[in-house]
Amino acid sequence: MSRIDDRIPLPPTSAQTTNLTCHFCIVGCGYKVHKWPEYQEGGRAPQDNALGLDFTRQLAPLQACLSPGMVNTIQDNDGSRHHIMIVPDKDCVVNQGQASTRGGMLGHLMYNGKGPSASRLTQPLLYRGANWRESPWEQALALYAGLTKKILDEDGPDEIYFNLFDHGGAGGGYENTWGTGKLIFTGLQTQKVRIHNRPAYNSECHATRDMGINELNNSYEDAEVADVLWSIGNNPYETQTNYFLVHWIPNLQGGTVSKKQQWFPGETVGRGRAIFVDPRRTTSIAIAEQAAGAENVLHLAINPGTDTALFNGLLTYVAEQGWLDSEFIAQRTNGYEQALSANRLSLDDCSAITGVPVAQLIQAAEWSYKPKASGHMPRTMHAYEKGIIWGNDNYRIQSALVNLVLATGNVGGRRGAGVVRMGGHQEGYVRPPFPGGRPAPYVDGEIIAGRGKILTTWACDAFRSTHNAQNYRAAVIRRANIVREAIDQARGASTAELIDIIYDAVTNKGGLFVVSIDIYPKPFGEAGHMMLPATVPGEMNLTSMNGERRMRLSEKFMDAPGSAKPDCLIAADIAKTLKALYEQDGNSAMAARFAGFEWRSEEDAFMDGFNSNDSELVTYERLRALGNNGVQLPVTGLENGLLVGTEVTYTERFDSEDGRAKFQPSPWNGLLPEAQQQKDKYPFWVNNGRVNELWQTLYNDEHVEFRTSRWPMTLLEIGSEDAQRLGISSGDVVELFNDYGATQGMAHVEPTIKPGQVFMQAMGRNGVMGDLATTAVDQNILPYYKGTWADVRRIGDMGLSRTVTSKRRHFV
Amino acid sequence: MSLSRRDFFKVGGVGALVATVAPGTLAQSAGGAGSAGSAVLSHPITLVAEAGSLRDNQPVSFNYPDSSSPCQLLKMGRPVPGGVGPDGDIVAYSILCPHMGCPTQYDGEARSFKCGCHFSVFDPEMEGQQVCGQATQNMPRIELNFDAARGTVEAVGVHGLIYGRQANAL
Repeated sequence: MSRIDDRIPLPPTSAQTTNLTCHFCIVGCGYKVHKWPEYQEGGRAPQDNALGLDFTRQLAPLQACLSPGMVNTIQDNDGSRHHIMIVPDKDCVVNQGQASTRGGMLGHLMYNGKGPSASRLTQPLLYRGANWRESPWEQALALYAGLTKKILDEDGPDEIYFNLFDHGGAGGGYENTWGTGKLIFTGLQTQKVRIHNRPAYNSECHATRDMGINELNNSYEDAEVADVLWSIGNNPYETQTNYFLVHWIPNLQGGTVSKKQQWFPGETVGRGRAIFVDPRRTTSIAIAEQAAGAENVLHLAINPGTDTALFNGLLTYVAEQGWLDSEFIAQRTNGYEQALSANRLSLDDCSAITGVPVAQLIQAAEWSYKPKASGHMPRTMHAYEKGIIWGNDNYRIQSALVNLVLATGNVGGRRGAGVVRMGGHQEGYVRPPFPGGRPAPYVDGEIIAGRGKILTTWACDAFRSTHNAQNYRAAVIRRANIVREAIDQARGASTAELIDIIYDAVTNKGGLFVVSIDIYPKPFGEAGHMMLPATVPGEMNLTSMNGERRMRLSEKFMDAPGSAKPDCLIAADIAKTLKALYEQDGNSAMAARFAGFEWRSEEDAFMDGFNSNDSELVTYERLRALGNNGVQLPVTGLENGLLVGTEVTYTERFDSEDGRAKFQPSPWNGLLPEAQQQKDKYPFWVNNGRVNELWQTLYNDEHVEFRTSRWPMTLLEIGSEDAQRLGISSGDVVELFNDYGATQGMAHVEPTIKPGQVFMQAMGRNGVMGDLATTAVDQNILPYYKGTWADVRRIGDMGLSRTVTSKRRHFV
Repeated sequence: MSLSRRDFFKVGGVGALVATVAPGTLAQSAGGAGSAGSAVLSHPITLVAEAGSLRDNQPVSFNYPDSSSPCQLLKMGRPVPGGVGPDGDIVAYSILCPHMGCPTQYDGEARSFKCGCHFSVFDPEMEGQQVCGQATQNMPRIELNFDAARGTVEAVGVHGLIYGRQANAL
């Protein structure tokens, strides 16, 4: 029977209610989880259901955010079955009762063995005899730890590789970053680790940190009271939805003027304005224009990769105009004169490089930095994300931007200001120090070059999230197959014998043993030899912080599927197995490296990690007391037993020895050479980024019919003129190709895409933009994912236009 | 963005050709799904329009399945999935955004329904598919029946959950 989609069960007033922070994007919207026994339901009268809503009549608009995607039926380990409903929390200051399309399906995604969750990993799987076979944890751990130990003993830690999450939310969080970090950095002590979305172990924000400023330094409330909001290489409607809708849009609509008057008496205030820096007209720009009026939105449609020139031109101009915060520069910074001198660029030159008309540059500077009628400097918030993080020389662009912000005093405690990354995932990082240097080893390049003997990919998918991806994928599959052939010959082998066979394949035959620790089987893991099942928030307790450093506890409300375990406890099991093996050897020194993992729960990992290293005041109990509003880090103390946090950082000192922020010379340097080579050769710049309805590598979405029916294939936006010239219509399958690889996408003709440019969904399921991305990196091995060029050809009409809309995604 | 309950209900009634038939006259199963022997919710049959009087790309408002559920019918002027009528081009939807219930507006130039609250866009020519937006289901589609003999279009059911309800039948 088909699913009934015209009604939902209501939670009775007796339902168990717990807190859950959405574990997808960085915004971290608060949700309430209602859980109650199957075959029971609440009534329609407001006093008869846990939502307190009157369903005896039609609800008014905005009274609720509730849909069939928010409900599910699950089973706990004791066999009891329950309905669950996961609804946005009206009392959460972050989202104020709103769900994005992503968080709005949290309920639908929870495990029940059917639907999207049917694909979840529930037991350890081992590749044996050309097949995947379920295995007890003990056997899987014995093989994993035994092989790891042999490599560690024979070859040292540099042959042990990891692709490793470093974020918060699902597949991350303080418990799990700590558990894995302690195993890998303290125990194994390998430096051959790369982060989930990039080919080395580095920060996306080295520059701003080197300048004394962590990248999350204000509050979402600051966006409500800013005079001007800069959105640089960032598309917040699709990537930080409820931050944009709940905190930016009211400012752009003029709805926060009274708040500004209260906060800033005597200061000229009004409706907020927005400035977008993006070569593409995004859905966010269209919506900002709708909200604020086109006259209050400026779109600086820069030439790809020219951000550094933009910020240097603006810095030069504001210095010439005298729109500087001279007192701030003198008292709280170092190096202004040297940076200005190195970066000096006239507006004419800036315009020639960036393609932005001089008049628009002046307009942007006047809005953002020219003193207001009251004589006060404007409060200008600078938000940025992957457009510059994955931009043309990350380190240099970020330096140029932060220079401009420092010169105008828009960071360091001033409300309505800040220079902040908008973020992808939530954050949740606590690990022992990384044992490698800076720059860190270029791990993906080493895998391609044939180095490494065991590669564990932990809650990530580098097949879809690296550069030069086609060559990387081919190398992993080729090397994994060498081990598969060896395993296939090992009929009846004991674990010890299998370890020797695999070790021979990875030592003498060029093989690579590949292990995936994840919640779903993914192509990366399926190419390998072992998959271990992990959990998501709700199946475990998990702490993370959002883009305003707001830390919350997501509470466990159901059992994990099968024998799946929290990542931190999988790390602990690996460590304990290694410890036992070294104890058997009588090697107490090595056994000691794997000590301290006697955790019974994720809470033990939290206490060993965050509590012991960041703040001893923070406990599960104290976080639970603060619900979905949590506490903004850093925690400064306790008041009436409640944790007290920090709304805005750097009110007195920056993160440097003398407490001053540092300007950094960062002159314009043109395109990185590998990118320039492709530009010289191929006609289309391949812009790329996220799509609103899809999250990250689509690990959930590719199992959800509502998503796959809308997005059966990776999106490729192309302009009208180019589409017409190439005979391409919306829904056609097209191929993109350059010197690095070839991939495919589903064309969508969008008239505002400029000629010679296309936009491709990043990390797609059946079209991988990384296949085209060059090996261009900055000084810290941060890839220039956004800057590759390729050619486009039509493959044909594969029938997608019969089921996929061709309408414009832009609101206006 | 806020809408009063009164403003909200005004949206639904405008331009309705034929009001929903009085409760009970055509209801097929008074007991609804809660009763043994019933697997579907009770839905009235409501006359919405005469096909011959429809103009291409001009929405016609009506209420279905009851007076507090505003809907719109559209003759698209070209055959579309789910379309009924002599040209296979007549479709209808609940116009309450399935995200948070704001009344969507039909944009004839874009040939899309748009929600001004959180900027979701839906395609009436693709069974209400969300083009871009924050809902977790497509626009609820009103099942239509074309009576060729009389040349009339009737609403007979709803596919998907109408915003603000536990079930489509109040």
